[in-house]
Amino acid sequence: MALNAFQMILVVLVAFLAGMEGILDEFHFHQPVIACTLIGLVTGQLVPCLILGGSLQMLALGWANIGAAVAPDAALASVASAIILVLSGQGEKGVNTAIAVAVPLAIAGLLLTIIARTLATGIVHFMDKAAEEGSFRKVEMWHIIAIIMQGLRIAIPAALILAVGADPVRSLLAQMPIWLTDGLAIGGGMVVAVGYAMVINMIATKEVWPFFALGFVLAAIPQLTLIALGTIGVVLALVYITLSKVGGSSNGAGGAGTGDPVGDIIDKY
Amino acid sequence: MADQKVSLTKKDRLSVCWRSTFIQGSWNYERMQNGGWAFSLIPALKKLYKTKEERSAALKRHLEFFNTHPYVASPIIGVTLALEEDRANGAPIDDVMIQGVKVGMMGPLAGIGDPVFWFTVKPILGALAASLAMSGNILGPILYFVLWNLIRMGFMWYTQEFGYRAGAKITDDVSGTLLQDVTKGASILGMFVLGSLIQRWVSVKFTPVVSTVKLAKGAYIDWDTIGNGTKGIRSALEQQASGLSLGSSKVTTLQDNLDSLIPGLAALLLTLLCMWLLKKKVSPIVIILGLFVVGVGLHVLHVM
Repeated sequence: MALNAFQMILVVLVAFLAGMEGILDEFHFHQPVIACTLIGLVTGQLVPCLILGGSLQMLALGWANIGAAVAPDAALASVASAIILVLSGQGEKGVNTAIAVAVPLAIAGLLLTIIARTLATGIVHFMDKAAEEGSFRKVEMWHIIAIIMQGLRIAIPAALILAVGADPVRSLLAQMPIWLTDGLAIGGGMVVAVGYAMVINMIATKEVWPFFALGFVLAAIPQLTLIALGTIGVVLALVYITLSKVGGSSNGAGGAGTGDPVGDIIDKY
Repeated sequence: MADQKVSLTKKDRLSVCWRSTFIQGSWNYERMQNGGWAFSLIPALKKLYKTKEERSAALKRHLEFFNTHPYVASPIIGVTLALEEDRANGAPIDDVMIQGVKVGMMGPLAGIGDPVFWFTVKPILGALAASLAMSGNILGPILYFVLWNLIRMGFMWYTQEFGYRAGAKITDDVSGTLLQDVTKGASILGMFVLGSLIQRWVSVKFTPVVSTVKLAKGAYIDWDTIGNGTKGIRSALEQQASGLSLGSSKVTTLQDNLDSLIPGLAALLLTLLCMWLLKKKVSPIVIILGLFVVGVGLHVLHVM
């Protein structure tokens, strides 16, 4: 089915929104059930796109960006597969083919995400320079540029699909070797460690290292959820702080008398 | 400065809250949400600091590493607003203290935000919306969009306000011991949660087979002598439950060996290596690109 120029612009606009949301993860315009529906709405093929969105949403239930890990790209998958579905003109019959296209697209989107997030590192260095000058306006500007870049990450492929049609895109994807995508996914699993290493370098002291070890060992027990681990952590912190105060005052010379109310009470005994 | 106290109005705080919607906008592999964090705080910093030097210092301290779940950043922003407000009014709050509170809170809070939003609210709403949409009902996406954003915005505003009030309370404590306790407690909690996160979320898997041991007869299920049909299946399941192996040989991969020491050991070693490289002033970007190359390379060599 051919789209007119106005519809094409709207589709690219939806793609831009989805691309922004792919990183922001706030309004959820990039979630399949929303993105596909919007594309259906602007192209006049609401029902098939709605069904496609629902099916992809089911697939994507567990996809989430956690820490520095990048989930398969719901934004590109839903936008591109919806466009392909609309262009094919098959209506509801084409939904299954579109789903099959969506999965490799989600993986290809992962690659684009990794590139965009690496480019953003350069942008942050421009922000550093703006901070040096004390310029709020420039920091804001660079942040907005970064968001626009994320929007283009999906808008450009969407425009490409509109321009050249679905088949070249599909055959291009088919050429992407499995060893590369799998290997990148493995690399993505390891990259998370860099972020954690930075935080540890920042807050670690001799005093708190044992708690790191404890957290690591306890996390190996699969029955403990993150909430449970968090509870253990809070309890440890509270107990440690309370006990270290008791120890300090019984030594006498310790930090009592600094206006510490708990220490003062203990001193009276 | 002391004669007139600068304070943040509700309007300022609302503006910060709205901006924190874009906290992930310049997400990058080096300092993650730092750009968005600074972007969110700008309305407050603009009000609190007037000279170029103060503004530059404020921007720099808020462009430090930061990363958490995007919604639970709100309570941390609230606390930070209270701290910055007191600092601008002359309270002795230094960069280390602000950074300590930020970093101490972000780990544990991410540990709450991820399971609550990504693994509970989103799948529930998503499944509901998907099932409606698959039957062609337009209510699916509408319901998802409205409910998700109501929950999200409500959560962000109220937790930010909560953090703001709690932050004010911390600094009201004249002696400063409460602040010290909070900072230390936060870093203990932070380290504990970091330990857990590394075990759970850094994935390093080696595939090479270390040994293939032929099992003695009787240690595995003898598929030739087992009965047919449901009876056979039942007897096979019973045999497996009693500890018999499915195949006639036991395959041990390198990963199995490492995991029997402590699961996640490779992830821990990788993190320690990254810490060491960072301390040697290797750029995080180089490490990240290197890890991708290593991932692809080892996968091609069938090691991972």
